[in-house]
Amino acid sequence: MLARLAAKRLHEIRHVFRQSPQVSRSLSTALNYHIDSPDNNPDLPWEFSDANKSKVKEIMSHYPSNYKQSAVIPLLDLAQQQHGGWLPVSAMNAVAKVIEVAPIRVFEVATFYSMFNRTKVGKYHLLVCGTTPCMIRGSREIESALLKHLGVKRNEVTKDGLFSVGEMECMGCCVNAPMITVADYSNGSEGYTYNYYEDVTPERVVEIVELLRRGEKLPPGTQNPKRTKCGPEGGNTTLLSEPKPPLCRDLDAC
Amino acid sequence: MGLGLLASRALRPAASRLLRYPPRHGLARAIGSTPERQSPEASAAQAQPDPAPELPPRKPVAGARVHLPNPEDAIEVFVDGYPVKIPKGMTVLQACEVAGVDIPRFCYHNRLSIAGNCRMCLVEVEKSPKPVASCAMPALPGMKIKTDTPIAKKAREGVMEFLLMNHPLDCPICDQGGECDLQDQSMAFGSDRGRFTEVKRSVVDKNLGPLVKTVMTRCIQCTRCVRFATEIAGVQDLGVLGRGSGEEIGTYVEKLMTSELSGNVIDICPVGALTSKPFAFKARNWELKGTETIDVTDAVGSNIRIDSRGPEVLRILPRLNEDINEEWISDKTRFCYDGLKRQRLNDPMIRGADGRFQAVSWHDALAMVGEVIHKVGPEEIVGVAGKLSDAESMMALKDFLNRMGSNNVMCEGNGKHPNADLRSGYIMNTGIAGLEKADVFLLVGTQPRVEAAMVNARIRKTVRATHAKVGYIGPPTDSNYDHEHLGTGPQTLTELAEGRHPFCSTLKNAKNPAIIVGAGLFEREDSDAIFSAIETIAKNGNVVRPDWNGYNVLLLHAAQAAALDLGLVPQSPDSIKSAKFVYLMGADDINLKDIPDDAFVVYQGHHGDQSVYRANVILPASAFSEKEGTYENTEGCIQQTLPAVPTVGDARDDWKIVRALSEVAGVQLPYDSVGGIRSRIWTVAPNLVSVDEREPTTFSTTTMRPNTNQKISPNDFGMAVENFYMTDAITRASKIMAQCSAMLLKK
Repeated sequence: MLARLAAKRLHEIRHVFRQSPQVSRSLSTALNYHIDSPDNNPDLPWEFSDANKSKVKEIMSHYPSNYKQSAVIPLLDLAQQQHGGWLPVSAMNAVAKVIEVAPIRVFEVATFYSMFNRTKVGKYHLLVCGTTPCMIRGSREIESALLKHLGVKRNEVTKDGLFSVGEMECMGCCVNAPMITVADYSNGSEGYTYNYYEDVTPERVVEIVELLRRGEKLPPGTQNPKRTKCGPEGGNTTLLSEPKPPLCRDLDAC
Repeated sequence: MGLGLLASRALRPAASRLLRYPPRHGLARAIGSTPERQSPEASAAQAQPDPAPELPPRKPVAGARVHLPNPEDAIEVFVDGYPVKIPKGMTVLQACEVAGVDIPRFCYHNRLSIAGNCRMCLVEVEKSPKPVASCAMPALPGMKIKTDTPIAKKAREGVMEFLLMNHPLDCPICDQGGECDLQDQSMAFGSDRGRFTEVKRSVVDKNLGPLVKTVMTRCIQCTRCVRFATEIAGVQDLGVLGRGSGEEIGTYVEKLMTSELSGNVIDICPVGALTSKPFAFKARNWELKGTETIDVTDAVGSNIRIDSRGPEVLRILPRLNEDINEEWISDKTRFCYDGLKRQRLNDPMIRGADGRFQAVSWHDALAMVGEVIHKVGPEEIVGVAGKLSDAESMMALKDFLNRMGSNNVMCEGNGKHPNADLRSGYIMNTGIAGLEKADVFLLVGTQPRVEAAMVNARIRKTVRATHAKVGYIGPPTDSNYDHEHLGTGPQTLTELAEGRHPFCSTLKNAKNPAIIVGAGLFEREDSDAIFSAIETIAKNGNVVRPDWNGYNVLLLHAAQAAALDLGLVPQSPDSIKSAKFVYLMGADDINLKDIPDDAFVVYQGHHGDQSVYRANVILPASAFSEKEGTYENTEGCIQQTLPAVPTVGDARDDWKIVRALSEVAGVQLPYDSVGGIRSRIWTVAPNLVSVDEREPTTFSTTTMRPNTNQKISPNDFGMAVENFYMTDAITRASKIMAQCSAMLLKK
């Protein structure tokens, strides 16, 4: 009895170690600590562009003057858009200076949220939803199709600097699963878009990549031509008539 | 916190409950070795005669005191059915402490802000659907708190299982082992097994400098260190990075912890994530002998515990003293101990004709000194007491030299014209704890952060809590609280004294203004004029009143206050320049060039520091860790050191050496025990014998000073302490302090 238990346990332990070395699937694009590199170190100068400076002022005006630190997330977002989709240390330091807190308080926020990228991403950052509904509908195939087509690993940038693929948790589009998001940093913070492409297939995502590479615009939303928005494929099957008005007592009767 | 005790207390009821119910076979855990569990029937019969009383009398945990400022604001809550009255605003955890129930906790620390993230302190509250985190839950009137119910126990067990999931369980190689909160609490409240079979996470270790060793995989993210660094040390370097299972404590960018209080994170870390780097793998805490004594590396007199094994001091920990150091100590206090083993003088030595020292017997050394001292004139004898001297030895030195006919006895750091007449003129009249009541600070020529880190922590606490204003006169400095830099020198002081400075109105409008003057100003030629200017400011700002004395002098060295109390004032200020016989009792910071070349120099001390190079005779003495000595701190509080380790080599206590020398020189001092010398001290300065007490000063400071005709020189105030980590013979000999000054001081 004991021997069998022990054998079973050993088997379990072996099983754990036999798994692929990538045990933890990191959602963030970077480590939780900073390593100096030529394009990312605290000595590089960084400041908001003139156009963004007025935006900073506008964002700061939303918060009382004694709670400037509340602006940390919108400012980090703006800085990320301005810097081509990722936040170098010097950008975070610049944000800390604007909101008058110690830099570590900004690092804490930036490392907490996975949508702040702390390593370089492509001009088009493709985020594949990996949460259960999308996964059931084939998000893993979509991701592997993208990675294979672009020839990169997850969170790696293509050689031309155009694309990177990341994973994202549920973006609330489960009805049209699977879906990807394209964060477009090619035009700075002015032309920044963040579009959902839903009902994608492994073939369709490759087409989307090629369209983006050619710089063509494609309408966001569902990629299934038979579907309008999030309605059912081929038109409604229920709720075909006008809905009944809510019940109301006969007002004339009284 | 006495968690061992806590563990045993928690285990006891569990054991007795096991006995009360018959064991349910199959469900009861069979692991255990206590005889009661192995034969339940036998022990049940034994346990029956003493039924547990319904409400056993309880004592508050760790002497927790309740102060009810307003009896109407008191509320009553019930902890395990036991009613307690507590003031409004207390948390459930505090209420439990008052009721005598120690709640397990990791993230809660009573001197830090509440985080509520470890969840270890879950208790059951009646009518609450879920267990509540007691540290963050305010107690409400009539609340029925249950700390001993199955729900509370299960909650703690579950939390503990989760905490241990990613904890490496490397206690055998962990320095925290034996004094680890996680270890103790998992014994008391945890399960005997976990269900986690996956791979544990690992975290990269951080480099926080030469003092704090990090093993971040052990971290349980209680964030105590982050809150300590932000709130008390005032260096916002540490933060919580990442989220979920990837969460870790770090600085993000590579950064050393450049705080003078960084060592305290070792104490507050409940696990072995932050441990002492110099102490790493040196000893287990149960092998150590603790000696409760005080620190002498600055004038604060922090209460410490010296942990030693055999003849070696292995580490220094803080002791709780709310009035002086709370529960923190500075890094210098904590890590200077390796200086106690290096550069020590262990034999009496005489410099031979060839200029080299030769070890001799005490008899020969004393005979030589006794002979030489009779060959010089009485006015050519000068005695200098060092920074670390205790009151007993200074008394003996003064008595001895007085009997030799000289009255040129001084203490280094007190300047050439020390004003020892008015005690209120050289101590911190407000008291260190009293600084918390002040609402405006004026720092004159002092940088408390390097001169007295614990006083600085107190000022920072006040500034944070009440937004007190701080004005500072002196060279630009790196302060960890908001301050207004009024000026760099005496000119600003004159402006303030004449009421021309804008800060005057701030002082005048303050309710409790405090002026803190640095003892570095004692060394200035124009010290009298400067002090009279400061007193004018004090008078104009109404700083000294019957109910509030805000005039403070922040001393630099442990010996200073007692030296002034004992009247170690040289008869002629420049006597050392014409001296023929100089007796240096641990004085290493005097200007050796002042001593004439033909003077005979006796150095009595414990370290081969600067003065040894000039000495003709060396008399080895014991360091503060090896003797019983009385020290007076900057607020006039008398404290005593106790011997923790035996002395090195042939060294003797300072006062004993002077006493022996007096006999050899034919002027025998009339005491030969510590008691005898203390009764002699009592006749000179009675306050020095009432230990742990503060003799209040006389009220008036401003009117009784003699008028001075000195002119204030326009020279700017200097830095009294250039290197925080190296201020005296012990710290200069310390390797750790050398590493700190190389790595942590900003260039």
